[in-house]
Amino acid sequence: MNPYLPYQAVIDDIVVETEDGNLKTFRIVLENEREREKWNHTPGQFAMLSIAGKGEIPIGIASSPTEKGHLLFTVNRAGVVTTALHKMNVGDPIGVRGPLGNGFPVDSKLKGKNIVIIAGGFAFTTLRATLIYMLEHREDYGKITVIYGARTPGMLLYKEELKEWEARDDLDVYITVDREAPGWNGLVGFVPTIAGQVKPSPENGAALICGPPIMIKFTMPPLEEVGWKDSQVYLSLENRMKCGIGICGHCNVGPVYVCNDGPVFTREEVQRLPVEF
Amino acid sequence: MKPFVVEKAQLGDLIDALSKEYEVFGPAQTDKGYYDWQRLDGDRLPEFNNGVTKSSIKTFFFPQPEVLFEFKARANEPDAFRLKEPQCDSATTLLFGVRPCDARSVTLNSMPYANDPYFQKRVSDTVIIGLLCSEGCSTCFCKWIGGSPTGKEGMDVAAIELDDVFFLEPISEKGQQILENVAPVRSPLEKEHEAAEHFLEKAKAQEGTQDTASTLRSKELMHLYEAGFWKQVSEPCINCGTCTFLCPTCYCFDIQDETLRGKGRRIRYWDSCMFPLFTQHASGHNPRGDKLKRVRNRFMHKLKYFPDRFGPVSCVGCGRCVRDCPVNIDIRQVLRTMLEL
Amino acid sequence: MSSLNEKITKQIQATAKSMLDSGKVAAFLGYTKGTLPGTMQPFVARNAEEAQRLCWNSFCVLNLANYLPALLKSLEPPRKRGEPPPEGPLPRVGVLATGCWSRNMVVQIQENQIERDRVVIVGISSRGMVSRRKVEEFVGFQDITSIDEQENSLVVKGNGFEEVINRWDVIRDNCKTCIHPDPVIYDELIGGLSGDRKIPDRFRQVEEIESLTVDQRWEWFQKEISSCIRCYACRNACPLCYCPTCFVDDSRPQWVGKSIDEVDTSLFHILRAYHCAGRCTDCGSCESVCPMGIRMRLLTKKLQKDVFELYGFEPGLDLDTPLPLSTYKMDDPEDFIITDIKKGDQK
Repeated sequence: MNPYLPYQAVIDDIVVETEDGNLKTFRIVLENEREREKWNHTPGQFAMLSIAGKGEIPIGIASSPTEKGHLLFTVNRAGVVTTALHKMNVGDPIGVRGPLGNGFPVDSKLKGKNIVIIAGGFAFTTLRATLIYMLEHREDYGKITVIYGARTPGMLLYKEELKEWEARDDLDVYITVDREAPGWNGLVGFVPTIAGQVKPSPENGAALICGPPIMIKFTMPPLEEVGWKDSQVYLSLENRMKCGIGICGHCNVGPVYVCNDGPVFTREEVQRLPVEF
Repeated sequence: MKPFVVEKAQLGDLIDALSKEYEVFGPAQTDKGYYDWQRLDGDRLPEFNNGVTKSSIKTFFFPQPEVLFEFKARANEPDAFRLKEPQCDSATTLLFGVRPCDARSVTLNSMPYANDPYFQKRVSDTVIIGLLCSEGCSTCFCKWIGGSPTGKEGMDVAAIELDDVFFLEPISEKGQQILENVAPVRSPLEKEHEAAEHFLEKAKAQEGTQDTASTLRSKELMHLYEAGFWKQVSEPCINCGTCTFLCPTCYCFDIQDETLRGKGRRIRYWDSCMFPLFTQHASGHNPRGDKLKRVRNRFMHKLKYFPDRFGPVSCVGCGRCVRDCPVNIDIRQVLRTMLEL
Repeated sequence: MSSLNEKITKQIQATAKSMLDSGKVAAFLGYTKGTLPGTMQPFVARNAEEAQRLCWNSFCVLNLANYLPALLKSLEPPRKRGEPPPEGPLPRVGVLATGCWSRNMVVQIQENQIERDRVVIVGISSRGMVSRRKVEEFVGFQDITSIDEQENSLVVKGNGFEEVINRWDVIRDNCKTCIHPDPVIYDELIGGLSGDRKIPDRFRQVEEIESLTVDQRWEWFQKEISSCIRCYACRNACPLCYCPTCFVDDSRPQWVGKSIDEVDTSLFHILRAYHCAGRCTDCGSCESVCPMGIRMRLLTKKLQKDVFELYGFEPGLDLDTPLPLSTYKMDDPEDFIITDIKKGDQK
């Protein structure tokens, strides 16, 4: 089995998520039926999207394993490969290598807990996968709270689904934008500020936080204030990756490889690592 | 296993015989003066200097560029942009005269590369005939780091250079098979057995007993990481890739796609953690943009993270980095400092 | 140690100590003893105690100008991107400078990489630096355990051998053909000045290659770079190579591939040489640091010859003469621009 060989797949649908056009969600379907059936991933894992002639990029899987038959990836246009991906059309071939990484422990440590999902900007992707998975197995989890913010209303991801989740009564959803905006009647304020206002209880709690390092840095104090411990907080780290299987050496943060030992770590584990991410 | 000898005068015949089945490589003087791996045959014999070759043997297990996949790069072709594994090149390689440090590096590299089919295939397709060292040179330090000048780890056959012959001791089944089926080897004489024994005893007398790996494993990671001496170590570094590319146990690589006239290939080639681009994110953020972080990371990886994960230290003491670092950053000094912290 | 080197070492230590003690400089860039025979390590002394570790001999082969821009920047108080530098004078750096190193500093000042008033240059006239590789060749590449430098010779010892080598026999090629051994700018001087040297055939190595046919030259070039491992030691040791993103590291577009493919490696060496044209002082650092013995300075020497012949210019001799390849003059030679091709003509 060659771990560098991607599954052959095809782009099935493309949705432009944000008003500036820089974020698109790609629906990808594996060509081979057996591979499609066999695919199973844990929310929080990622896959390498391979564009022959351009390269590979590690992208978090935005769809839950319960959404069978296809995979969703929300990709930001940043470098060579993502720019090429953004120029592709429905029907174009693409490779998928995965699932890679460790994912959130949804079937073990997180079961039975009160879940707080906190996300900023376009880091919400793998948390969408996690949230949908948890909603499909609702009885396995306690209270679920979602705090998600973006710079402007146009930069929010999954806008239709956000509305559906807000309407549900089995979860608490707080959507915020950084500044006032015309037509926006929701919360206004940075994610850490809203977290400070919501004050989620740490009792039997687990917090899943994804976002730019600066957002995580400022979100911790309001949580710590109400008693959250580092072992209850789960973070998803990012780093430059190439092989995705812990060999090529690019993604190491001290002794751990973000692609293989991570990308999900508890804050307690992260505190023991050198700050190289 | 049954040992053999080959007369030095008949070394050419032996290489010739081996060349029928293998692509034979061995150390020889290059026209730039230093000794490095060259293709051998009955006329081109190995030349041994007292010390290691300029580059290590990792180029045989980990060539650069290594083609991972091939694909057609024109959109109108029937299976365009589908990655296919390259046609296997079935040539088997024989390396003649590998020092114990280099042979050991193959075993060490196999640990992180356990699931890498390309590397593993080359390991199984390559025969290593090692040459034990009578003494080290001024820059090597294998005894310090878990190796030994008479170490046989990673070899298929271990050779000892005596006065008139090479004493050949098979270490693996593969090695035994080869020696039994090739001319012009013969059984050793009594005095040759004795000479080989004497060689090994003399070398053993020089061995050290330090267990550097377990001392390093026992140190606390952040204590080593936050030590103050890294500033002075990293100050002269010019961030080239000399240490990483000459090192037998540095194994980081980069993967790139290249296309030319409708044909494409996904290749991997050696990358160096000394280059600032190594950890550069597409967003512009660089976790190890600082020279000190990069230098520290390399030593911490080889001397702490790797032994913590796999056991032995990721260094075989060959001394190439010591000899060729343009600014004389000496891993022996770093190691000494880390052991004393 | 030769008594001349000892004298210079003591003077360097004293100068550095006094500059650091008085606060004239925040750091002093020089050399200290390496861990191998015939090897010195670039060293930054930041206090009087560290100044005692400074040392001088004929093995100081790296161009210290290479470290200046980064060292100067590191001494500035940290500030955010876009913020102007603080008021008042910024910390200064003392640095040793031989002829070619000081000429590179002139080029660095002309190219706005360092500021003249932030460096205190301690000039030393160079007697030429020894090539460790030539010493190794002399003893048949046997393992060397010590090299003791005398006035005009080197005593080289190893396991079972001892050789006395004439110093000039193992001096680096670029030092042998150097015509400006004296520092061209300095704030203080250690030792005397020896004046310009006259070397009528200083481009001989280049002329030998020029006399070959085009095919032979290409063959020579391919053979010379065949051992290149793309470590970029040559580029990183060169004080001229300070681009924030080198052309080999660009990805959009990617100009040069990164593996050791012949075409990519050839491109790297040729283009790098051209980027040094009109700026290279033949300090020899590139060749001295190359682990694979590639004599890439022959490329830059050829360009040095071309610039000298076309523009009558030698880089780094004075601060006021502008660099010819970044200025335009009406009488710049342009006979290499083809303006008129008649049928049957061949250039």
